[in-house]
Amino acid sequence: MTTTTAGTSAADAPAASTAPVVAISGLHKSFGPRHVLRGIDLEVAAGEVVCVIGPSGSGKSTLLRCVNLLEQPTEGTVHVLGAEVTDPDVDIDLVRTHVGMVFQQFNLFGHLSVLENCTLAQRTVLRRSRAEAEEVARRNLALVGLADRAGSTPGQLSGGQQQRVAIARALSMDPALMLFDEPTSALDPELVGDVLTVMRDLAEAGMTMVVVTHEMAFAREVADRVVFMDEGVVVEQGTPDQVIGAPAHERTRSFLARVLDPTHRHPAAG
Amino acid sequence: MTTTQAAAAALATAGRTRTSPRRRAQVSRGVQYGALLVVVVVVAATADWGRVGAAFADPAAVRAIAPLLPRAALNTVIYTVAAFAVGLGLGLVLALMTLSGVRVWRVLATAYVEFFRGIPALLVVLAFGYAIPTAFEVRFDSVVLQIALALGLVSAAYIAETLRAGIQAVPRGQVEAARSLGMSPTATMLRVVVPQAFRIVLPPLTNEVVLLLKDTSLVFALGLATSDYELTKVGRNALSDPDGGLTSIVAVGLVYLVLTIPLSTLTRRLERTTGHRGHV
Ligand SMILES: Nc1ncnc2c1ncn2[C@@H]1O[C@H](COP(=O)(O)OP(=O)(O)OP(=O)(O)O)[C@@H](O)[C@H]1O
Ligand SMILES: [Mg+2]
Repeated sequence: MTTTTAGTSAADAPAASTAPVVAISGLHKSFGPRHVLRGIDLEVAAGEVVCVIGPSGSGKSTLLRCVNLLEQPTEGTVHVLGAEVTDPDVDIDLVRTHVGMVFQQFNLFGHLSVLENCTLAQRTVLRRSRAEAEEVARRNLALVGLADRAGSTPGQLSGGQQQRVAIARALSMDPALMLFDEPTSALDPELVGDVLTVMRDLAEAGMTMVVVTHEMAFAREVADRVVFMDEGVVVEQGTPDQVIGAPAHERTRSFLARVLDPTHRHPAAG
Repeated sequence: MTTTQAAAAALATAGRTRTSPRRRAQVSRGVQYGALLVVVVVVAATADWGRVGAAFADPAAVRAIAPLLPRAALNTVIYTVAAFAVGLGLGLVLALMTLSGVRVWRVLATAYVEFFRGIPALLVVLAFGYAIPTAFEVRFDSVVLQIALALGLVSAAYIAETLRAGIQAVPRGQVEAARSLGMSPTATMLRVVVPQAFRIVLPPLTNEVVLLLKDTSLVFALGLATSDYELTKVGRNALSDPDGGLTSIVAVGLVYLVLTIPLSTLTRRLERTTGHRGHV
C-alpha cells in the first residue's frame, strides 16, 4: 500500500525506488532565542517504521512538525517524497496531501460528524465526489474498527475512538507517509491498546511511519529503527534491541530507566 | 499526639457553635428579606397612587400614541437590520484584517476599531445627518441607507472585536489538523475555523443586535419625515403634546422591551447550548 510514486508528482522529479521517503539534513530550529533542534540528520526509507523517543522538551514534536512544515525550519533541508519542503517554491499543500499526521490531542473537527471529518479534505483538496469520498472514509473507519460510528460527532466518542477517527481521517487522503506525535499520551491507559493495535496493523501493511512515542513495548515490537533524541540532537539510533535493549549512551540509559520505572509510569500496554 | 488526634481534639471543643459560617449566612439572608419588606411597606403607604396611575397610564396619552407605534416599531426594526448588515459585513472584513499577517491591515483595522469605539455613536449619527451632506454636498436618497451607514460603521468596530475573539477562540490544533491534510489557508478558514467561530460568537452577536436596536434611538436627533420616525422619535414628539407626558415614554419603552427581551432570551439560550458543546 506504500506508494512513493504519489510524491514524485509533488516533486516533479521521479524518485528512484530506493530514495528515502524523508530526508532531513542539518536541521536546526529556534523559537526566538530557544535553540530547540541543533543539527538533525535523519532518513526514513519506504516502508520503514521509525520510533522517536526522548525526554520531554528534547524537540521530538518540533522535529516531526518540521517534516510537514507545521514548523518552519531555521536552517537545513527537509525532503519529503523527493520534494524539498524547505524550498519556498514547493507547493507545501500538495506535499501535505501525501503526509498524514496524527496529533496527541486528536484535533478532530468538532463541528463535523465522524464521516465528515474523514471526507472534508478529500472533497476540498482532492476534489473527490461525495460518493467516492464517503466510500474511502467508510473503508478507513472500518479499518480502525469504527464503521458503526460514522454518524457520531467527535464529542460523543471516547478519546481512544477519537484518535482512531483521526487516523482514519489521515488515511483517507491515501498518504505515503504517516507522522504520529504521541498518539496515545492523552488517553486513559485502557484505551491505549486499541490505538496501538491500529498502528501495528498499519505498520504490517507496509506504511512508512514516524512515531514519537513513550510506549517502549510498542517501539520494541513494531519499530524497524528507534531514534533517541535529547536536547535537540539525535543521541543514538539503531534497532530496538540496540537502542532500548542495549543502549550505548549514558543519556539513553538514564532516560530508559526513568521511562521503564513503574513508579513513574505504568508498563506500556499493548 | 498524632495529627489526626490533634485535629479531632480541636474540633471537639470548637466544632459546634451557633456562629458557624452556615448559621451566619442564614441570619444574613433573613435580615435582607426584612429590610426589603420594610421598604415596600413604606412606599406603599406614602405614595399618591392616583397620581402615579395618571402619570404612568394616562388613557388619553395611550390613545394618542398607540396608532403611531406599529409604524415606528417597524422602522426601528428596519434600521436595526440594515445597520447590522453593514456592521456584520464590515466587521468581518475588519476582523480578518486584524488577524492578517500583513502589518498594514492590522494597523488600519486597529485604528478603525479604536476610533469608532472611542467616540459617541450620536456624533457619527450627527455627522451623517448634517455634517457630511453639507460638507460634500451629497444627499442620501434613502434614510435607511443613511442610518445604516452611521450606526453600521460604529457597530462594525464592536462586531470586529467579537468576531476576532471568536476566531481566536478556535483551538490552534484545528488549523494544524486542516493544514496537515493539505487544506489551503482559505479553505481552512472557511470550512474549519469560521463555522466553529460562528458558534462561539452567536451569543455575543445577538447581544450586539440588542445594543444596536437601542442605538437606533439616536436617530431622533435627525430631521426625518413622519413616516421615517422610529420609536424614540415618536416618544420624543409625544412629550410636546398636551396629552403626552410620561405615559408616552412608558408605552415606547414597553415596545422596546417586546423587541429586546426575546433577543436577550435567545442570547442566554444560545450561551447555554453552545457552552455545552466542547470543541475537540
Ligand atoms: N511554538 C513554540 N514557541 C516557543 N517554544 C516552543 C514552541 N514549540 C516548542 N517550543 C519549545 O521547544 C522545546 C521542544 O519542544 P517539543 O514540543 O519539540 O518537545 P518534545 O520532545 O515533543 O516534548 P514532549 O515529550 O513534552 O512533547 C520545548 O522546550 C518547548 O518549550
Ligand atoms: Mg511533543
